[in-house]
Amino acid sequence: MDITVFLVQGLNALQYGLLLFLIASGLTLIFGIMNVINLAHGSFYMIGAYMAFGLSPLVQESVGGGFFLTLALGLVLALVLGYLLEWLFFSYLYERDHLQQVLMTYGLILVFEEIRSLLLGDDAHGVPVPALLSGVIPLGDLMTYPVYRLFVSGVCILLVLLLFWVLNRTRLGMMIRAGSSNREMVQSLGVDIKTLYRLVFAAGVMLAVLAGMIAAPVSSVYPGMGDQILIICFVVVVIGGIGSIKGALVAALLIGVVETFGQALFPELAGVLVYLLMAVVLLCKPTGLFRAT
Amino acid sequence: MRVSLKSRLLLVMAGLFVSAGVNSATQPYKVGLMLPASGTYAALGSAIENGFRLYVQQQGGVLGNRPIEFVTIDDESNPSKATDNINRLIKRDQVDAVVGTVHSGVAMAMVRAAKASDTLLIIPNAGAAVFTGALCAPNVFRTSFTNWQPAYAMGVAAAQRGAKTAVTISWKYASGEESSDGFKEGFEQNGGKVIDQLYLPFPNVEFQPLITKIAALKPDATYAFFAGGGAVKFVKDYAAAGLKDSVALYSPGFLTEGTLEGQGEAAEGLFSVMHYGDGLDTPQDNAFRQAYVQAYGVVPDVYSVQGYDAAQLLAVGLEAVSGDTSRRSDMYAAMTAATIDSPRGPFTFSKSNNPIQAMYLRQVQDQQNKVIGIATKALEDPARGCKAQ
Repeated sequence: MDITVFLVQGLNALQYGLLLFLIASGLTLIFGIMNVINLAHGSFYMIGAYMAFGLSPLVQESVGGGFFLTLALGLVLALVLGYLLEWLFFSYLYERDHLQQVLMTYGLILVFEEIRSLLLGDDAHGVPVPALLSGVIPLGDLMTYPVYRLFVSGVCILLVLLLFWVLNRTRLGMMIRAGSSNREMVQSLGVDIKTLYRLVFAAGVMLAVLAGMIAAPVSSVYPGMGDQILIICFVVVVIGGIGSIKGALVAALLIGVVETFGQALFPELAGVLVYLLMAVVLLCKPTGLFRAT
Repeated sequence: MRVSLKSRLLLVMAGLFVSAGVNSATQPYKVGLMLPASGTYAALGSAIENGFRLYVQQQGGVLGNRPIEFVTIDDESNPSKATDNINRLIKRDQVDAVVGTVHSGVAMAMVRAAKASDTLLIIPNAGAAVFTGALCAPNVFRTSFTNWQPAYAMGVAAAQRGAKTAVTISWKYASGEESSDGFKEGFEQNGGKVIDQLYLPFPNVEFQPLITKIAALKPDATYAFFAGGGAVKFVKDYAAAGLKDSVALYSPGFLTEGTLEGQGEAAEGLFSVMHYGDGLDTPQDNAFRQAYVQAYGVVPDVYSVQGYDAAQLLAVGLEAVSGDTSRRSDMYAAMTAATIDSPRGPFTFSKSNNPIQAMYLRQVQDQQNKVIGIATKALEDPARGCKAQ
């Protein structure tokens, strides 16, 4: 592997890792802070991708289109969806054991898949890259790199910073962190923990939907896409340490590197390398690389 | 004494004859449709079912004197549930024939169960070589293809179009490997050289590392075997990496089948090989398309054709024995000897019951897989390992 190819593969790894982080961050937020195992997280990612596909014609019709307008509309809808879901379903789950959470969120996966099938059918779709970001950057004489992929990475990096700032530097973040370590104590201090959790959950859903929406132009939109991403998201969360945003970031980047170079250098092992990595991490650090935020 | 035995025998035989006659003429013939109605292949499953039902409807719901009755089951493309599902059809619902399915892993269980119970099985898609190879049986038919067929033909066509070196890429599972190896066989027999065979775990869609590898290898052509969502993403990623114009992308038709709307511009101009395509413009195909659009409001695809032909094949069998299914071996023999007047063009069956058919070279033009020529005429799968016949 010469140096240019090596660098391009490095870029591939970084880009894949950041996208993984974006999807997994919502999961680690909900799992880590609210202690709810949310198998339906992959479905939120799928919903996001289908929103990017389904909303853009509507936006096109009503206000003349625009990728960013669709994005904004999708995020608002995601927030509403997350808020409603927490109110109707998830708020009953905090005190229950994990098995019941798994069962209910698995049920939600089936419901979301069926609704998707009824509304938009079972075909695979593509979402066009917004014109503004459709350029390509030549990488030597080897190949070209789409600007949109860099944009996705940029959004991911911005989001990492935003999450760190909110959780570690704001009053809201302080309340969230306090709530995750002792819910009753925070409540007795007069913080409206119910509303707070509802917002955290909605934010988690929004992150997954955002990931789905901005990944749609590069990843295509197809049935079952959520299930596929869910497993690797759990790997990210487990390697990084449950509830740790920093851990999720490091784990996602690590997985990006292992997957990319694994595929390029040891294709025979590509399918198992990530899980091997997880096994090794869990052997050495059973609670993951980092402690909860 | 002798006389009375003879007359008793005659009576019994007459009884049998009458009861068989009653069965054949009035009893419905039960067809079990075991196809995916949910999951990744749901769209394929419904296309096959639509095609099958269309032909039965066109015959007034009766094939070979027997009114056709359907029992449907959703196989979910899930191999772990396949054995239960097929046993439910054969043992509980007592179907006379089974039609299915898309996924080769599911079809594997179906072939085994069909052989064990001598139930007629018509495979309308699954392309694994073994079903008409090592596992071939007189009661197992296929109206689609083997993975080898379009792959081999694409290899021949790629070499003829001037490619000297090629790289294959697919998911690492049986169909992907059969397809990649089939391409290699056709390509290398015609003077080409496959310099690398790339695989990634199914159903991983992170293609970037391998696309970068292809760019570094600089072959004349890439042969890709993907389907569904993976096919949409691969074609878009390949174009976005700037390889579409420098390294020709060849594929069996699955890469551009039912995915063109999602692939958009990125698929325009791609070559593929398949046993069906758009713009054949034969009377059979035009009539089929018109009837299909009228019945379902959508344009048929290769899967609809495979379902339609499965029903045609069943009709040949039932007509040959006038609906008397106790004459199994006559029925199977008639089906093996059949010439199906398919929308894809007439085809016959090999001794292992797989279609001997033309492979069309197609190019994506205006979001259609336009047939631009024939890659190989009357291509027969080698049916490796088929000893039974």
